[in-house]
Amino acid sequence: MHLTKEEERILKGESGEGTQKALELLVAIGDAYDAEKMIPISRAHAASSGQEGDLYFVELLANGGARCKVPTSTNPVYDIEYFHSLFEKIPKDEADVARRVMEAYKRVGAILSWSCIPYMAENIPLYGEIVAFSESSATPYVNSVIGASTNREAAQSALAAGVIGKTPKYGLHIKENRKGTHLVKVEASLKDEFDYTLLGYFVGKRISYGIPVLTGISRHPNTEELINFCAISNVSGAISMFYIPGFTLEASTVEEAFQSDKPKDKITVTDHELKQVYKELQTTSGKIDFVMLGCPHYTLKQVEEVARLLDGKKIHDDVSFWVCTSATTKMLAERTGYVGVIERAGGHVVVDTCIDEPCWIAYKDEVGMTDSPKCAYYRRFKDAIVARLEDCVEAAVKGKSK
Amino acid sequence: MKGSEISLKCHKIIGGYGEGEALVSHEPICFYLTDPKTGIVREKDHELAGKNLANKVLVFPSGKASSVVQIDGLFKLASYKVAPKAMIVKDVETVLIVSAFLVKVPLVDRLEKDPFEIIRMGDFVKVDAEKGRVIVTKGRS
Repeated sequence: MHLTKEEERILKGESGEGTQKALELLVAIGDAYDAEKMIPISRAHAASSGQEGDLYFVELLANGGARCKVPTSTNPVYDIEYFHSLFEKIPKDEADVARRVMEAYKRVGAILSWSCIPYMAENIPLYGEIVAFSESSATPYVNSVIGASTNREAAQSALAAGVIGKTPKYGLHIKENRKGTHLVKVEASLKDEFDYTLLGYFVGKRISYGIPVLTGISRHPNTEELINFCAISNVSGAISMFYIPGFTLEASTVEEAFQSDKPKDKITVTDHELKQVYKELQTTSGKIDFVMLGCPHYTLKQVEEVARLLDGKKIHDDVSFWVCTSATTKMLAERTGYVGVIERAGGHVVVDTCIDEPCWIAYKDEVGMTDSPKCAYYRRFKDAIVARLEDCVEAAVKGKSK
Repeated sequence: MKGSEISLKCHKIIGGYGEGEALVSHEPICFYLTDPKTGIVREKDHELAGKNLANKVLVFPSGKASSVVQIDGLFKLASYKVAPKAMIVKDVETVLIVSAFLVKVPLVDRLEKDPFEIIRMGDFVKVDAEKGRVIVTKGRS
């Protein structure tokens, strides 16, 4: 890879050890992909996780004096104070790791968003921007819905890019690599955001790796529907980008999405396929111990919907009810009155927290319900039924699923 | 032939030198699905199930699974000193590069001949990523 004089100086350590390590990682990636050079980015999102590998790298950078050069947001870890006062079982050393991770991201000058949907409020790319966004829903959302460009980054490569303000030019930063690979004919009726969850699950699992081009969608998908499609297709498969010509920005026709080439494969999705996916996700039934929502983090509209469904109701005494969201969204939801309604019903709205964190250890042997297959995938619980939000709320009130 | 040596050019991704007995997997590997204290593969139905990655030279097609679990998985193996000594891979992706970078395990690809043709279980393999060279000493005939 061609390096500028300045980049060579950084690699020699002239800008400090933290910056040097960040560039070393980017150069290794660039060399692996035969990138010709580094290109500037305008922002980054580091999918911080509060795990040991994450801690090692962010401390390596922070202790070496590195600072983010472009806006770099962070993924949820967990609200340490809140959860340790609530559950005694969380091991103390987990809190130490989480605390050190959060401190180190602060020292490198990251935006402490602790949100997995930063593209909604804290760190928003525009069409055509070159960025480095890790996190399952963020990568495809930024590429497809916004029309900026990012590779499927790891937390560390995204953080390194944020520190250097550059990324190697490879993968989805090159137009030819943004070509559609699979034609997906959607004949299923997509009524709501849960249908997009099921569609994402099916498409990701079926294609596994590629850039699907979806046709047959008649109504403009809304933000939450698109977030769900992104998050789930990038968990059941590795879908970093997709097109819905007519609705997503980058290609206005199917032909343009395939760059006039032929699709590698064609797939048709009917109501039958979505029903099959739904069946697959009903891993158990009966009594539930908790409901877990907000994977990915709920938007304000989704928090409002929870409040509407719970208004005047009482959650069953044996069920804990959790809604995960960002601090930004919770502040607005509090101010608007949604949090009050959810709390009066016996639910909790928590910030800064991911479902895949040690703070949920109390539910290790319990059965829950969620509207997100991604939440169930982490296997932090004995079992988790995946169903529509309305069904989750109804089960929370009754204490059991249908 | 036992004891014969084959020298192959390769492409360095993460530098350094590592040597050890070859452990060959035709299936992608997720480091999270190994026992972090011993390096034994715990993934049921995996062709390496029950085998130990510790101090081996791992030959495999690619990594798999989400970035967080993959990186944390290899990191835990390294902190218990049971990570592979070097890795030879066919299809590399960003997450695998980051994983190897963090634990400083040499990682190479693009061997001049198909590693799955040349390298067998039990061969002794030296990976000199810096010099772009892999040396295989055949263990069995």
